[in-house]
Amino acid sequence: MTVSSPDATAPNPLVRFLPGGEDLDVATSADGFTEITTDRSRLIEVLRALRDRPELDCNLLLDVCGVDYPEREQRYEVVYHLTSLDKSHRVRVRVPVDEDDPRVPTAYGLWKAADWFEREAWDLMGIRFDGHPNLRRILTHEAFQGHALRKDYDPEKRWVLTENETFVPDWVNEPDPNEDQFETQVINIGPSHPATHGTLRVVARLDGELITRAECEIGYLHRCFEKMSESHGWAEVIPYTDRLNYCSSMINGVGYALGVEQMLGIEAPPRAQVVRVILSEFSRLMDHAVCLGATLVDVGALTNFWYFFQPREEIYTLLEACAGGRLTVSYARIGGLAHDVPDDFEEQVRYLLGHIPKFINDVDKLVTTNRIFRGRTEGVGALSAEEALGWGWTGPCLRACGVPYDLRRARPYMGYENYEFDIPIATTGDSYARYLVRLEEMRQSLRIIEQAIDNLPDGPVITDNHHAALPPKPKVYSEMEALIWHFKLIYEGIKVPAGASYSATEGANGELGYYLVSDGTGKPYRIKVRPPCFAVFQAYPHMLEGHLVPDAIAILSSLNIIAGELDR
Amino acid sequence: MRQPDGSSALLTTRLDAMLAWARKNSLWPLPFGTACCAIEFMSTVSSHYDLARFGAEVVRFSPRQSDMMIVAGTITDKMAPVVKRIYDQMAEPKYVVSMGACACTGGFYRAYHVVQGVDEFIPVDVYVPGCPPTPEALMEGIFKLQQMIQAGETQYDRLKS
Repeated sequence: MTVSSPDATAPNPLVRFLPGGEDLDVATSADGFTEITTDRSRLIEVLRALRDRPELDCNLLLDVCGVDYPEREQRYEVVYHLTSLDKSHRVRVRVPVDEDDPRVPTAYGLWKAADWFEREAWDLMGIRFDGHPNLRRILTHEAFQGHALRKDYDPEKRWVLTENETFVPDWVNEPDPNEDQFETQVINIGPSHPATHGTLRVVARLDGELITRAECEIGYLHRCFEKMSESHGWAEVIPYTDRLNYCSSMINGVGYALGVEQMLGIEAPPRAQVVRVILSEFSRLMDHAVCLGATLVDVGALTNFWYFFQPREEIYTLLEACAGGRLTVSYARIGGLAHDVPDDFEEQVRYLLGHIPKFINDVDKLVTTNRIFRGRTEGVGALSAEEALGWGWTGPCLRACGVPYDLRRARPYMGYENYEFDIPIATTGDSYARYLVRLEEMRQSLRIIEQAIDNLPDGPVITDNHHAALPPKPKVYSEMEALIWHFKLIYEGIKVPAGASYSATEGANGELGYYLVSDGTGKPYRIKVRPPCFAVFQAYPHMLEGHLVPDAIAILSSLNIIAGELDR
Repeated sequence: MRQPDGSSALLTTRLDAMLAWARKNSLWPLPFGTACCAIEFMSTVSSHYDLARFGAEVVRFSPRQSDMMIVAGTITDKMAPVVKRIYDQMAEPKYVVSMGACACTGGFYRAYHVVQGVDEFIPVDVYVPGCPPTPEALMEGIFKLQQMIQAGETQYDRLKS
């Protein structure tokens, strides 16, 4: 089975709306995408039609990435993933480019979301984006040479960065237009700072206490996830995914497993699906608890952080009982789960369901109507729905701007269509709105868990398809065929059919997408993660302008930027 | 010191032993947290595990005020100059706990942007294994450091003599 093979029988319904659609190579891929292949001269024309034609209406640019195919005539391929929230169709645009001239025009003029995604494609794959306002390295450091995700780059080749080579924005040394009237200064926050909650760095120019210009530098935790996954088997990537968003590691592993299962054409058994839902929702709850706890610490409400830490510790105990690890669980497997849940799983889950609401209500009572908290967060860091979509926001931050977009409802997976839950939204789009949305989502997660535990089916937790999962040990010792499967899986790994597929789940921060490319061997050819907070954080320096320094801190923590996921 | 009958008594010791005793029981950690390990560090100092019981809860983000650097998380080549600079800014005596597989050896990130252990550029006293280490493991690492301080076996003591 080839996943992205075009369905020859049905012409794609979107073709007629594209400029010169008859000449374009348009197909429907097996993962439900309309797939357009074009050359770079027509790229902007096609993208503009995708955005502006009301029938196409692709208002969200999800991801831009490069893929390297050294054996092809046109070596690189730039891949755009787009979606329309109202029409719910998804589009993938592929642009092959030559090795000696890897350039494409920038999409920044159409979606601001292209800003950092294009910089990343330049940094790691060496694709130049003509017309990009600030095309410099983003994840690797200033002394780095070469482009790490190219197939001919040695994964272990490091470059040394010395202290006086560290990045300083050009505008720091430029004369300030207001210099003769006001006292201005440039400050640096991070990458090691208690309020950044991770390895982020912001350089800001201040006019008194007012921020007039800011720039972010990231990549301080760039751990080469994508390059590492190319040298491991499909199943061996799961521990790496845990360390993307380490506050809710279960969700990452499940999202990845779903992506590979989609390519293999298999499904996890019902019991595994429900356990995945329960633990994913607990992880979402923990993630929100960390985010809200950090937000409240940063505006001076330390005790709430401790209130949220108590239930977190108890959820850790549950995860430890299931998976053996507290934080990085590595519990999902391709085709199901590593092993079944413990005997007292239901009892433990029910205890947590009865126990956690108290902590949420305590914080709610203490904080939601608190004048100091509202004064610090209301109207701070507000973004309109259009702006947020333009920046590629998803998840709680987008919902706080009034867009009820949640993948669990929009494109249900893992049986989310069977659960009753609400999608909380707010309208003001400020830090306070983000707080309210997250607090309510914690309650909704508990609602989902309650329904799931009531309907937890019996049965196996891993598929019996031995292309993906090992046969049970007793069978390996007693049956020849099982022994052969065991041998083949251990030695060759899971053989995912050649092709490409994008699959997305609702992570704690928004749409967590995996673009998986397989060449049919036992290892991934390319894995591109679409990290939700990458898109969210690129708007941050622009949101700061006109705010005070303490506001910058209150905005940052309400966005919940997790460095592991941001930098990968 | 009081004797059983209530009269006072003297305790004699060496000055350096007394200083070491004082130092080991009031370690002020500087959490250089970058990744997953930082979350477990937070658990360690929070109410449930409560590192305060062992005199090491006064977390300071200023290198001038702290004497135990806990490197919690992956250090990349981009971050390395920052770690070095903050270590240099700490006042002596200073100790380093390398928390987790990444800080100790680079962990399973054997890659183009990851430092293969912080001891490439700063001296490390205690290596705590785990990915991430549990709070219990980190606490054991800190106990180990306390024993080393009392015995005068830390990297600082070695470099001094």
